Amino acid sequence: MASQHGAPPVFNNKVVAWIDHRLPIFSYLEKEYHTFPTPRNFNYFWNFGAIATVMLVLMIVTGIVLAMNYTPNSELAFDSVERIMRDVPSGWLIRYMHMTGASFFFAAVYVHIFRGLYYGSYKAPRELLWMLGVVILLLMMATAFLGYVLPWGQMSFWGATVITNLFSAIPVVGDSIVTWLWGGFAVDNPTLNRFFALHYLLPFIIVAVVALHVHGSNNPLGIDPKGPQDTVPFHPYYTMKDGFGLTVFLIIYAAFVFFAPNSLGEPVNYVQANPLVTPNEIVPEWYLLPFYAILRSIPDKLGGVIAMFGSIALLFVLPWLDTSRVRSCTFRPIYKWFVFVLVIDVLVLGYCGAHPPEGGFVIASRLATIYYFFHFLVLLPILGKIERPLPLPPSIADAVLKKKAV
Amino acid sequence: MRRSIVSGVLALAALGMGTVAIAASDEPELKEQHWHFKGPFGTYDRAAAQRGFQVYKEVCSACHSLNLLSYRNLEQLGLNEAQVKGIAAEFQVPDIGDDGSAIERPARPSDHFKKPFPNELAAAAANGGKAPPDLSVIIKARSGGPDYVYSLLTGYVPFDQLKPEQIKEFHVTKDDNFNLYYPGHRIAMPPPLADGKVQYVDGTKNTLDQQVRDVVEFLAWASEPHLEERNRTGIRVILFLLALSGLMYAVKRQVWADQH
Amino acid sequence: MVATGAMAAVGAIATAWPFINNLNPAADTLALSTVEVNVKAIAVGQAITVKWRGKPVFIRHRTPEEIKEAEAVKLSELPDPATDNSRVTDTAKKVRPEWLIVVGVCTHLGCVPLGTKEGDPRGEYGGWFCPCHGSQYDTSGRIRKGPAPKNLLVPDYLFSSDTLVKIG
Repeated sequence: MASQHGAPPVFNNKVVAWIDHRLPIFSYLEKEYHTFPTPRNFNYFWNFGAIATVMLVLMIVTGIVLAMNYTPNSELAFDSVERIMRDVPSGWLIRYMHMTGASFFFAAVYVHIFRGLYYGSYKAPRELLWMLGVVILLLMMATAFLGYVLPWGQMSFWGATVITNLFSAIPVVGDSIVTWLWGGFAVDNPTLNRFFALHYLLPFIIVAVVALHVHGSNNPLGIDPKGPQDTVPFHPYYTMKDGFGLTVFLIIYAAFVFFAPNSLGEPVNYVQANPLVTPNEIVPEWYLLPFYAILRSIPDKLGGVIAMFGSIALLFVLPWLDTSRVRSCTFRPIYKWFVFVLVIDVLVLGYCGAHPPEGGFVIASRLATIYYFFHFLVLLPILGKIERPLPLPPSIADAVLKKKAV
Repeated sequence: MRRSIVSGVLALAALGMGTVAIAASDEPELKEQHWHFKGPFGTYDRAAAQRGFQVYKEVCSACHSLNLLSYRNLEQLGLNEAQVKGIAAEFQVPDIGDDGSAIERPARPSDHFKKPFPNELAAAAANGGKAPPDLSVIIKARSGGPDYVYSLLTGYVPFDQLKPEQIKEFHVTKDDNFNLYYPGHRIAMPPPLADGKVQYVDGTKNTLDQQVRDVVEFLAWASEPHLEERNRTGIRVILFLLALSGLMYAVKRQVWADQH
Repeated sequence: MVATGAMAAVGAIATAWPFINNLNPAADTLALSTVEVNVKAIAVGQAITVKWRGKPVFIRHRTPEEIKEAEAVKLSELPDPATDNSRVTDTAKKVRPEWLIVVGVCTHLGCVPLGTKEGDPRGEYGGWFCPCHGSQYDTSGRIRKGPAPKNLLVPDYLFSSDTLVKIG
């Protein structure tokens, strides 16, 4: 919806008016989050962007407070985390919130991405929004990887070793890059210290990218709003709906924080890092498992690295891979089922990633990897051209009112 | 609405991925026990934990450190300040004297539990090359948690009771300690506990099973001292959020009334 | 609607509290908030320094002359008037004039005054002398001369026996 350059909002409060005249933050908030004409037909999938933002803030606040007691030194890190759990007032709560919060942040973002894939939110004119979103996902993955190293448990250390070692696959300069990343000849104190500095930094870069990313919205029908009958003001309609969705999400989050905080993690990370003993399995946290499976499915080291980064890189060009003229899968009777196949494919990849690459898991992860690339590089371009979409309703209001009449 | 349910289930399934435990195909199942502290209403059995502390002090502490705990933490188990001071004072801990030389002095409640060995290398050297692990978070550090530790401590099989296939498959000799639940089955630690080993002051029957249960209760508390507060707070938070979400739903319906 | 807003506000404050409380001293810091000292080895006329809450604490075993000197001072002469008696009373209200326990931090700008060790200058009043800006304390640790505004702080202490004192 184009912004109206009409009369600026008038504020009754003199202090607010004084500030706004000099720095229009209140007008901005009024325009973007109060009167903003938002499509009236959002479903609950549209809550997850707001939920993800709340989780980002929660991670930053818990993270800063944890950093007040954490020591990023390889001799002291593990004990400092345990000190937070035992001696620091409410330290156990904030640590578990941060640990579980990472999982729920990713969960919210994955549902948010699913919404984008299903409803064609990545299509024109939102290509840049989508690409910024992929940047956010990459930054999140980097932040999560760096953060997991900090407690300096066995999985922290060995996960860091495995993933940094990947860069040695780069021809010619690979080994130098790895030494440069480590700051030494193996993952050790210099690595930990710099990972802490970067882990503290990246979330604020995520905030900046999120600020650019939050611009306008698609809707479940994928057709543009044509007038005020198609929209409602953001407040109170979506502030209250988001508030409700957020509260339900927090119930599930609280259930994990208070009653199953270690269920999403690995017990072996409660063993202090030992460079001389490798754990039986080296696995990342659940939200990185699909990519881990893609990495391991290619028998060649460099090939695996390229496939893994490629699986995210191709998301950047998704708006151009999809040739369909229709945005929302509501009107794409064939493709909509393939979106569900993709979801199942990613779940299969995740399941394979959690298991050692033996036996049936090898075949399964290779087939799943093949389908993943097939879906984006072959299926999307072809299907967009040959699929016959269902007829689009004339407008959002029409579709909503028709539903009401039924 | 249907889509929300489907995706909700998928999201939960995705979360569940992380909980996939890698179960070995031919390993015996852990002996699942009923623990006082399991579940959302779980609490620690203080009497059992105190007996468990006695077991740790008299048997385990010879080799296993409990680095992350301080003697003052024992007050949480129901011991009073004087008792804790007395227990701490039984141990000599290293310190630096006024002239800078290394000395030993009686421990204070604020000190961490005394280490049986000054460092990891000494611990390994004194124990056939393998350092006995620190027990502060052992319950959280092993898949299966309390059931694993219970099974392990009650899972020793003497050499003369082993089947020939077991001896062959796992290369067991007479000098090895065979444990059904330890990965690889040959564990460096000989059976630490037996019937009647620790004399309980409260008169509880000191069978192997009882001693193991008690020490597991103690170690569970040591791993997660704030469990009871966590459970209590969790119930309050979830009840609060349930009520709040009910109200929020009502508000949402009210706001959207003219659109529906 | 109002009820929901109120409930949400209560929830927000209840959530904020653990974060604010998090900055309060941790259990291990609090465990070091008292220190127990056996004073048997301190001879009459001797003084020692112990560490308490990160600061030095002087424990002086005063001689009878030092006690008499401290008791004889007129309150009107003192920049920060206080009786000697009030400065040697423990938290159980028992007076032990031979034991003076003061925090060894000058009340001017925080330097550690000299006078505890053998051979240290003690200033004109026989107590302590702060080398940073010349504050002088008497045998009761009270400020007599110099820029310091207050007497050396007497911490809470309790003698559990004649030779064992718990400070803090």
